Amino acid sequence: MVSTTAPAASTPRARRLSRRNTLAGWSFILPNFIGFAALTLVPVVASLALAFMKWNSYSTPEWVGLDNFRRMVDNANFWTALYNTTYYAVGHVPLTLVAALGFAVLLNRKLRGVRFFRTALFFPYITSLVAVAVVWNMLFSPDAGPVNQFLRAVGVDSPPGWTTSTTWAMPALIITSVWRDMGYYMVLYLAGLQTIPGELYEAAEMDGASAWERFWHITLPSLRPTTFFVLIMLTISSFKVFDLVQVMTEGGPGRSTLVLSQLIFREGIEQGRFGYSSAIAMVLFVVVLLITVVQFRLQQRKER
Amino acid sequence: MTATATTPERRDGSYTGAAPVRPRAPRRRGTAVAGRIALHVLLTILGLAVMVPFLWMVMSSLKLDSQVFTVPIRWIPEEFHWDNYTRIWVRIPLATYLKNSLFLSVVITALQVLTGSFAAYGFAKVRFPGRDTLFIAYVATIAVPWQAYMVPQYIIMEKAGLVNTHLSLILLQAFGAFGVFLMRQYYLTIPDELCEAARVDGLSEYGIWARIVLPLSKPALASLALLTFVNTWNDYMGPFIYLTSNDLWTVQIGLRSFVGVYDSEYAMIMTGSVLSVLPILTVFLIGQRYFVQGIATSGLK
Repeated sequence: MVSTTAPAASTPRARRLSRRNTLAGWSFILPNFIGFAALTLVPVVASLALAFMKWNSYSTPEWVGLDNFRRMVDNANFWTALYNTTYYAVGHVPLTLVAALGFAVLLNRKLRGVRFFRTALFFPYITSLVAVAVVWNMLFSPDAGPVNQFLRAVGVDSPPGWTTSTTWAMPALIITSVWRDMGYYMVLYLAGLQTIPGELYEAAEMDGASAWERFWHITLPSLRPTTFFVLIMLTISSFKVFDLVQVMTEGGPGRSTLVLSQLIFREGIEQGRFGYSSAIAMVLFVVVLLITVVQFRLQQRKER
Repeated sequence: MTATATTPERRDGSYTGAAPVRPRAPRRRGTAVAGRIALHVLLTILGLAVMVPFLWMVMSSLKLDSQVFTVPIRWIPEEFHWDNYTRIWVRIPLATYLKNSLFLSVVITALQVLTGSFAAYGFAKVRFPGRDTLFIAYVATIAVPWQAYMVPQYIIMEKAGLVNTHLSLILLQAFGAFGVFLMRQYYLTIPDELCEAARVDGLSEYGIWARIVLPLSKPALASLALLTFVNTWNDYMGPFIYLTSNDLWTVQIGLRSFVGVYDSEYAMIMTGSVLSVLPILTVFLIGQRYFVQGIATSGLK
């Protein structure tokens, strides 16, 4: 904690100054803090407490200990959602990372049209999700959709049913989300590439290193901090995935793309089971937290 | 955090420039040119592949419903049906949706930028006990997935009788921690001496914020404003959870509901999609560099 006027804190003048600073500081923060406290801080804390309570729309809250968690463990929907969310993350994280890094390396040079490509690649990220989902749903249309027409043209006899098939709906979601997100992470990688000194490459070229060797021994190690950050952001956002699934497949067909956030929404807001949904929310939070902590540890070990 | 979009040219330029000095120069030059051409071709193919969904969206929006799915694909419509763009306004209350989206985006952006930059000044330039603890509380909530506390939020809104009002979305989104965080990071780069000098000259803290810090932080304000505007415009989950009356709906929720009810009016769906993306494209092209700076500031510090 930073003390305001360290050595002279006891003189009346200094105390007056400190009090004035406190008042001024709070007056700046207060307009935002009121809204933030009421609608973010309180709900976060409440969500922790609600996980241990039984509370439906019309009953009064009642402390039930671990009951919600027991019910959750016995519930098939929960395990399906956890599995699907993990499946999505396992597909979405590495594919987006590789695509983002690949495009960043390709586009980090002086070439005509490079700025246009960067803009084009970034644009899907800020395009509204509804438009993205609607277009991709049509592209993935099993019979006459462009994706399957292309697959047939290159010799795939019975291309997948994508969003109409329980096995292919999740890959369809993953492809769409990689397309949407890669431009954002590419921008982060481009920023990372700026920090690598050009002399490193010149020296390596003098020593006869091939382009691949230069990438593997200079670019990749130098980008480690960026990769670490990208990995955390991607993992967290994968586990939070919600709107894409809600708009594109609504969790279907069947329960094949039901994810954790959707289950929280269905149980908590649609069914009004506030306590039970908060228990699922806590699992989501703990998973995200654990992944972040583990990745931090790994990163620290590598740096040593 | 310098703008990535503008400066990454120097490295490549410097080593192709140095090439002739080396003994193997002539052959390497040949491969370099071939490599450049290959790269151009590769980039063009990849670039087009990435753009295909947009191309398909625009082209389908100009077709008849029956011509959207054809085997083989017709990329260019036989006949351009521009009337789709006039018919959609009567087909769905698009004007109302656009008005609602615009209203929410503008109000939320204004409040977020105002309260965010105001609070950020308190966190970055005023020293008082408890300040850093409070800031940690802000940052910590950014790490908590919103989905984990959306149910308590909903309960609060329900008890306050604000479900199915625009006010609920404004309250939920205007006081986010993200804006405070982004602006604080930027204010930290403004030298304290500047504020100190202004204090000596007798300017109050509010005066320093308004007359010194705010004018210096225009790029960060622009980043925050653009990011908030686009996020609000594109938000689906907020309106989906809170707004049930058709006349309150935003473009996103209106479009989604149209798709749900008239799922075979392919061309009209694409027309709506194009119209919902157009405002964002405009905003993006105008303020492109601020987006990139905003991502770099909030992401890599």
